[in-house]
Amino acid sequence: MTTAANETEMTLVQAVTDALACEMRLDDRVIILGEDVGINGGVFRATEGLQAEFGADRVVDSPLAESGIIGSSIGLAMNGMRPVPELQFEGFMGPAYDQLCSHAARFRTRTRGRFSVPMTVRVPHGGGIHAPELHSDAPEAIYAHQPGLKVVMPATPYDAKGLLIASIRDPDPVIFFEPKRIYRAFREPVPNEAYTLPIGKARVVTEGTDLTVVAWGAMVVEAAKAAEQSDASVELIDLRTISPLDEDTILASVEKTGRCVICQEAPLTLGLASEISSLVTERCFLHLEAPVQRVAGFDTIMPYYKLEMEYLPGPDRISAAIDETLRY
Amino acid sequence: MPITTAYETRIDHVSILDEDGVFDETLGQGVIPEDQLSAIMEHLVFCRQLDETAFKLQRSGRMGTYPQNTGQEMPSLAAALAIDKADWLVTCYRENTGLFWHGLPPECILLHWMGDERGNHIPAGVNATPIAIPIGTQMLHAAGLAWAEKAKKTGAIAVTFFGDGATSEGDFHEAANFAASLKLPVVFCCQNNGWAISVPSSVQSAGETFAQRGISYGMPCVRADGNDLFAMTKVMKDAVARARAGEGPTFIEAVTYRLRDHTTADDARRYRDAGELEAWEARDPLPRLQRWMEAKGLWDKSQHEKALKSGEKRVAEIISNAEGIAAPNRSEFFDHMYADLPASLKRQRDSKRTTSLGQFPEDLA
Repeated sequence: MTTAANETEMTLVQAVTDALACEMRLDDRVIILGEDVGINGGVFRATEGLQAEFGADRVVDSPLAESGIIGSSIGLAMNGMRPVPELQFEGFMGPAYDQLCSHAARFRTRTRGRFSVPMTVRVPHGGGIHAPELHSDAPEAIYAHQPGLKVVMPATPYDAKGLLIASIRDPDPVIFFEPKRIYRAFREPVPNEAYTLPIGKARVVTEGTDLTVVAWGAMVVEAAKAAEQSDASVELIDLRTISPLDEDTILASVEKTGRCVICQEAPLTLGLASEISSLVTERCFLHLEAPVQRVAGFDTIMPYYKLEMEYLPGPDRISAAIDETLRY
Repeated sequence: MPITTAYETRIDHVSILDEDGVFDETLGQGVIPEDQLSAIMEHLVFCRQLDETAFKLQRSGRMGTYPQNTGQEMPSLAAALAIDKADWLVTCYRENTGLFWHGLPPECILLHWMGDERGNHIPAGVNATPIAIPIGTQMLHAAGLAWAEKAKKTGAIAVTFFGDGATSEGDFHEAANFAASLKLPVVFCCQNNGWAISVPSSVQSAGETFAQRGISYGMPCVRADGNDLFAMTKVMKDAVARARAGEGPTFIEAVTYRLRDHTTADDARRYRDAGELEAWEARDPLPRLQRWMEAKGLWDKSQHEKALKSGEKRVAEIISNAEGIAAPNRSEFFDHMYADLPASLKRQRDSKRTTSLGQFPEDLA
């Protein structure tokens, strides 16, 4: 891959930092707050160098309180600022749940449009990095289930930058999940200037005719490995946005292939895969050649890291599902 | 007189063996029986060795992320010295010395950080909760555990530990309020080590002390030198006695310092001043106690050599036990989900699949 003069090779986490820097240069309403986001540059270094460039008033080390971080971001957002709070790990979202779901999600509708909450909550997401307890969960469906929130999860550096800037500019609250397992997994050229990608639009990673695989976040990488191993012509869709769902891209693909496998890290029951399965079954019923299959985490607590790879869907489980769906 | 004083208070700071080695005989009298001190010193030497070795295990890929305890050994050990076997220790992750003294096998802590839930299987008879990873959630559990002891009229109490950063979390305030208003037998001990990862304690509170956090909930508050085992043990014993007498909770602020990084995933040089670290290294609680004991004739170089040798041997044994444990069963994470595993989960466990065709292969035929 060649890199043009106006592009830089970046990892996903570098693209996040770059998106934040670009948007902070363009819009002085944008402020970052969270635990260790300042001089330390965040525990994953996603805000590295930003306090040095933009000062401690715009990159703020807050008290250690997730509810406080989100609740005060709501106030900032309602009053003309564009806060981009960081929650350190998805496992620490619990204390902020009330502010996210009972408040951020509801202000627009409960004030009949008088107030909105244009904040972007950045949260590292998912397992596979040998982390301690409560550092490896996949809670996206919980927040997708909450009306009033948008939920975005990029799987590439290019998408991370464009979607993060789009999220910051979005007039409503966005939870921006960053798949930490692939924060530094690969680099690709990313434009130096600010750009946006549409929220709510999936990406067809590889086109195919035999079977559709739907994935998001770090599972896109696992699904791509499985698709490569398959003799069949697999169409791989990276959702990029979880809520609102890009129904058209999914349906058009399954209408073409007639078979669908959905991959998620999260526990099986009531996950996003279940919603997509319903959608496909309801809208593509006469096109389907096989039952829609969900490759998911098990309905257990995410185990500590010795067993996390037993828990997380990998190419083996995804390949088996692809083969079985094709054989049906 | 339209304006009168509605409330006035003061926070005591307790120090017995100060950083210059001066011992306050009046306050320190009988706080720790002299015949217990050599066992304490041996324990501290061992815990420090285990802590430093755990760091090396992480660096050589034999353990996951690990938060070192070095420099913060005294507060939780003081609690363990002040409580009985039936009392509870409800901690976060810098309380190894106290947990081990209270009976937790050190292998448990190593296994936890080696990514193995079996490290959280605390042996029956050891009243401690697994170390709490998210910040500031465990104090409410301590309130509940203590409430149950009160309800059962056992006389047992709970001591809970947390950092300065944890006092910013809402759960801390709810725990303090529950414990004080319901007069629960709890001791709250805040290990103020100056830093919540990279964030200085000044961001967590604009107040002069963390001890004063307890005042608004109506509980006695005290600050102590957290690197002074005698001061910590004295304030712990007072607080435990108050709890046991039904007089409710106490808030203790232990002023201490994290001599190492937050965890092995952290690099404190990015945000901490080298001079600050140096100043606190001079206040290292272990050499302070060791020098005093040697001056008093309660410890000598040969005992120290012996403690180092036996500590080293014990550390090696513990690592060997933790690393030697059989690999967990691949489906071990299903085993303790519910008392009775639902049929759908048994199916996932046995098929190792979540897809319908994987779970019901007959559908393929």
